[in-house]
Amino acid sequence: MSEMSPRWTQDPVLKVENLTMRFGGLTAIDSLSFNVGRGDITALIGPNGAGKTTVFNCVTGFYKPTEGRISLRRGRGVSDAMVDELTTSGNQFSRDGERSVFLLERMSDFKITEVAGVARTFQNIRLFGGMTVLENLLVAQHNRLMAASGYTIFGLLGLPGYRRAAEAAKEKAIFWLSHANLLDRADDPAADLSYGAQRRLEIARAMCTDPVLLCLDEPAAGLNPRESADLNTLIKYIRDEHGVSVLLIEHDMGVVMEISDHVIVLDYGRKISDGTTDAVRSDPKVIAAYLGVDDTEVDEVENDLDHDVAPTPAAPANAEGVRP
Amino acid sequence: MSSFDPTADTTPEGAERQDEERRRAAQGEPPFVEAATPESRLAGSLREAAITAGIVAAITLFFFAFRTEIAIGGLELTVRWPVWLSWIAIAFVGRFLLSFFLYRADRTKASGAAKGARGAAAVGLGKVLAVVFLLIALTLPILLDTLFPSQNRYILDLAILILTYVMLGWGLNIVVGLAGLLDLGYVAFYAVGAYSFALLSQNFGLGFWVCLPMAGLFAALWGLMLGFPVLRLRGDYLAIVTLAFGEIIRVVLLNWADFTGGPNGLLGIPKPTLFGLEFSRGEGSFSDYFGLDYSPIQRFVFLYYIILALALLTNFITLRLRKLPVGRAWEALREDEIACRSLGINTTNVKLTAFATGAMFGGFAGSFFATRQGFISPESFTFMESAIILAIVVLGGLGSQVGVVIASVVMIGGIEMLRNLGVLTDFFGPSFDPTQYRMLFFGLAMVLIMVWKPRGLVSSRSPSAIYKEKKKIGADMVAQGEGH
Ligand SMILES: Nc1ncnc2c1ncn2[C@@H]1O[C@H](COP(=O)(O)OP(=O)(O)OP(=O)(O)O)[C@@H](O)[C@H]1O
Ligand SMILES: [Mg+2]
Repeated sequence: MSEMSPRWTQDPVLKVENLTMRFGGLTAIDSLSFNVGRGDITALIGPNGAGKTTVFNCVTGFYKPTEGRISLRRGRGVSDAMVDELTTSGNQFSRDGERSVFLLERMSDFKITEVAGVARTFQNIRLFGGMTVLENLLVAQHNRLMAASGYTIFGLLGLPGYRRAAEAAKEKAIFWLSHANLLDRADDPAADLSYGAQRRLEIARAMCTDPVLLCLDEPAAGLNPRESADLNTLIKYIRDEHGVSVLLIEHDMGVVMEISDHVIVLDYGRKISDGTTDAVRSDPKVIAAYLGVDDTEVDEVENDLDHDVAPTPAAPANAEGVRP
Repeated sequence: MSSFDPTADTTPEGAERQDEERRRAAQGEPPFVEAATPESRLAGSLREAAITAGIVAAITLFFFAFRTEIAIGGLELTVRWPVWLSWIAIAFVGRFLLSFFLYRADRTKASGAAKGARGAAAVGLGKVLAVVFLLIALTLPILLDTLFPSQNRYILDLAILILTYVMLGWGLNIVVGLAGLLDLGYVAFYAVGAYSFALLSQNFGLGFWVCLPMAGLFAALWGLMLGFPVLRLRGDYLAIVTLAFGEIIRVVLLNWADFTGGPNGLLGIPKPTLFGLEFSRGEGSFSDYFGLDYSPIQRFVFLYYIILALALLTNFITLRLRKLPVGRAWEALREDEIACRSLGINTTNVKLTAFATGAMFGGFAGSFFATRQGFISPESFTFMESAIILAIVVLGGLGSQVGVVIASVVMIGGIEMLRNLGVLTDFFGPSFDPTQYRMLFFGLAMVLIMVWKPRGLVSSRSPSAIYKEKKKIGADMVAQGEGH
């Protein structure tokens, strides 16, 4: 790593500090700190059971962390002082013109999506299977439509304001459907889609909530190489054209190495490496964690490995890939 | 594989593509599909029906056709061909219908395209049924007057009862069918509506039309009160707590004698008026004002149109709500609560609105019940009522509006019909009293229908928003929600 501090420490969109999550006696995450750079694609990797999904659940409010601070910063150049001020004030969020800070550990799950603008997908896909693909995307725009329908009253009366909002919502849904390559399936029930299409739909649905940070839990699991390539394009499109920062968990190193700007490696709830793809790929600790050896044996392993060949930890990827 | 791809064996993408193609090619018709049955659907069904009828004829010959009775000087043989033949006929027709519409229908229409076609047909059938029901409902009093003038009043009364259950079913459908929250205490809201009206009219002298919206509001409030404690409950626990809630309301009504009249109930609940015109004899009554002869049937016709209007209102609002964000959120809640929260939906509000809306319609129905009966007591609001309403919703098909109508007609009408089934005495002897077996037959019919159609009579869901083409969604895809 160069002497210059990396880009993601300068103006992060998400800053996780000393995050600890205990389940009874089990410490799933142990004093974890990391940054997610604004406009970066950040990958969170690690062996099975490392605590990656638990980090996601803390960030998106599904778990209340035992300790730690998770601050989401919207708008450029939010100072740490502003975050500290909010922390002592006891509020959930503060606003200063364009800039706003949200302390996610204090907010409930749905508020995090609604107010702070963090959207997520799930490791085991959670779609509304009995509803059509289009309906799935309309549900994602619930809050805006609810306000436009005057909390149902204007909607019941069929006022034009609501009808316009409903049209706009449908247009947005169709926009994301065409980008997720699902437009011809718009009227089919979501449960009818293939696995890869379901993953894309879940991402499109998350995007319909207008997030600033998109958290994807193993988006490429169970996809074939072609679908993986399509997924990469979609994620890059989301980041490049919509300015959404992406935090993703992935076992498929092909995807990770190709699209991420920044990789964080977890093992047993601790961060063992953090840096660019190149830095992480050659980090002996990472190699050791993936191959399952003690730290003392790392040097041996390193010597055995040819440095020109990128260590592709194929075993966990395959183990994940066989899920139906 | 038609095209030759030189890279196929060398790149994983190529291999994957080949594999996909192979799978797609195999999709339409698996090679092991059985040869198409040579006989037509009709002929096959007839043959199967004939076989079944033959078996029934053989088995039941000595049970139904011949009967020996002890008589003076030995046994006396009576021959009962008609009974035997009618059972054979029942077996034949039953088996034919099953074969024709169920077994053989499935065999011939297994492919995806045919399924879609059947879905489209179901859409058409549902629409036609709805229109037919509506026309019959709107003209029922006139139809009865011309067709069955002697039984006019009885059938109209039954129709009012059925419509009350249709309305209750539609109300509960919001909670159970759309939001997927199993509510076993729905009768509580029916009771709250009925008692609200009765108490308001007795203590403040208010009329039906003023009390109707208030009763709905009170019931909605109680819906919220039930909603709060059960917000965090899932599955069976939700069902049990709602059941307890229903019982609590009934027990309170039973024991708070000073206020509710206790087990004696409340008497003298006023009848509804038409813009101030009463349906009675004498000055200032409806018949007097319009210069008609007084007839008690006029009041029944009036009550009938009130409940019809209330039921249609319920239906209209429910259909509207389904296309609004609230309704869609209810259905999304039924499908996956966690996914809802990940999309920024406050599921607390979603659940509470579902409970309150469902309860409100229950309250309307309750105040109608009070005004129709003129007398209410806690006995009318037992768990059995909740069970019947829930059975209507489940039998009709969760979330289906037409299904609730069919189920109400079948269930409430069926229970009523079983009261006077003299035919059965032919089979079971003169000592047989059909009324005693009413609930048995009823239960049996329910079991049979549920075996035949496990997801209810109308088991497909129609989408609330359409991009290009409306496609029905099969019940196997739709989640049932909590507590089922
Ligand atoms: N709700 C919970 N209660 C108890 N333990 C939990 C809970 N959630 C996660 N854990 C534990 O925390 C540890 C980390 O789990 P987590 O799901 O975060 O792993 P992961 O890195 O996402 O693994 P995978 O790659 O298999 O998805 C595991 O030991 C798991 O058993
Ligand atoms: Mg995980």
